[in-house]
Amino acid sequence: MSFPWAQEYKPVNPLMRYLDERLPLPRFVFNAVGAGYPVPRNLNYMWNFGVLAGFALVMQIVTGVVLAMHYAANAGVAFDSVEHIMRDVNWGWMLRYGHANGASMFFIVIYTHIFRGFFYSSYKAPREMIWLLGVVIFLLVMATAFMGYVLPWGQMSFWGAKVITGLFSAIPIVGEPLQQWLLGGFAPDNAALNRFFSLHFLLPFVTLGVIILHIWALHIPGSSNPTGIEVKTESDTVPFHPYYTAKDGFGLGVFLIVYASLVFFAPNLLGHPDNYIPANPMSTPAHIVPEWYFWPFYAILRAFTYDFLFIPAKLMGVLAMFSAILVWFFLPWLDNGPVRSGHYRPLFRKFF
Amino acid sequence: MATEASIDPAHVSGDGVRRRDFINIAAVSVGGVGVLAALYPLVSQMAPSADVLAESSTEIDISQIAEGQAIKAIWRKQPVFVRNLTAAEIAAAEKVNVSTLRDPQTLAERTTAGKKNWLITMGVCTHLGCVPLGASEGEVKGEFGGYFCPCHGSVYDTAARIRKGPAPKNLQVPEHKFTSDTVVTIG
Repeated sequence: MSFPWAQEYKPVNPLMRYLDERLPLPRFVFNAVGAGYPVPRNLNYMWNFGVLAGFALVMQIVTGVVLAMHYAANAGVAFDSVEHIMRDVNWGWMLRYGHANGASMFFIVIYTHIFRGFFYSSYKAPREMIWLLGVVIFLLVMATAFMGYVLPWGQMSFWGAKVITGLFSAIPIVGEPLQQWLLGGFAPDNAALNRFFSLHFLLPFVTLGVIILHIWALHIPGSSNPTGIEVKTESDTVPFHPYYTAKDGFGLGVFLIVYASLVFFAPNLLGHPDNYIPANPMSTPAHIVPEWYFWPFYAILRAFTYDFLFIPAKLMGVLAMFSAILVWFFLPWLDNGPVRSGHYRPLFRKFF
Repeated sequence: MATEASIDPAHVSGDGVRRRDFINIAAVSVGGVGVLAALYPLVSQMAPSADVLAESSTEIDISQIAEGQAIKAIWRKQPVFVRNLTAAEIAAAEKVNVSTLRDPQTLAERTTAGKKNWLITMGVCTHLGCVPLGASEGEVKGEFGGYFCPCHGSVYDTAARIRKGPAPKNLQVPEHKFTSDTVVTIG
């Protein structure tokens, strides 16, 4: 995989040789994150964020599976079961704060990862497929984060569910029935909560699968680098292990310090106090806003305040919001610029 | 390409230990401690939570249990048999030669002094945890007049001692105390 001078796996240990001949799992690991994957030697710290995103996902899956052991997906007891986790379950407070703040850390990391891609034109040929899969991962993660936020069944959860499914009601003709189908009712209730829980559990594993494809696609052309000029010889690269495992290990340490500071010193900094009020279908919180990682989309949604020709403002906002992400799918073909790296594009750099 | 052969000899001390070896061991140790620290809460969360532990004692009113009757109470989500033994049942239990039993215990060891008629045991067979029959009215009491487990045929006598069948131990006597003449606290 990747560059032609990639080292071949030659196990010394007889047990590894035996295993490799029957199930080449050691070879797979060696070629993916071991010395068998040559990486450009000039990567800067922006290239740490892929590994960090993978780590954040695994962390979310681990804490999430554990939380699901104590959570009850029923509109009658969901809120209480979350309080039960916070007060009674051993270390439950830490697991829940870890999961909630882990979501924020995950978004910080993937937004950085995406903007790295924008700045260095990582989406250009021959890496379009990596980019497309990345957009799919981003959509999956957003859907998962939204549905996870509904589960505590507090005020923000309930109204988040109502508003987000309300986006679909903007679609002409089929909108209203579609929203009712999504919710399994006229407003969010037990049916909606249960399906959100089911999907919130499923989608991270789908995401994991797409990430494997994402990395597979990456290892065909090999990693890009900050100059935007493809590596040409073996001397332009170093093996992933130990060079980038060590560098990613350092990045992981910094990531964990920030994450631990959030969890232990400011666990509610990025949340909303209103979500500690049980869901009330009769009253919308006065200061309703989505979680910070959805603010850009929230801003787009609110920006359209008057009807444009025959398109109502509500539909316009929804269309603009969805197209803001869907346009990323066309980015590799919209951008024809020959220069990849933002470092060599002064005007672009200013706008960026 | 940089390999171990190209490492500056100045960083190798007399006994062949390199600085790199120290860094490797230090990094893996710190990582290992971190993983263990993260693992502890992930394992501990499966242990009984605070609300479950808070329910670990229970009070039972025994004033309505007539001689020869038994009730099933609940303690730690498990049945407890509270039995008011008749004089004949006490006599039958005391007649047995303790040394012939699988789990040798006298009735006196299994009851509170002066309250020998109150036999309080777990309603959990010591074989694999089924609820033995014999506490409720009309249930089979087995050939020794105590309890009979329908799952695998363990038979207990009037002191709830194992007499026959696969169970290894007598029905467990939970820690209990008579807080008054009519109330017993279990746990």
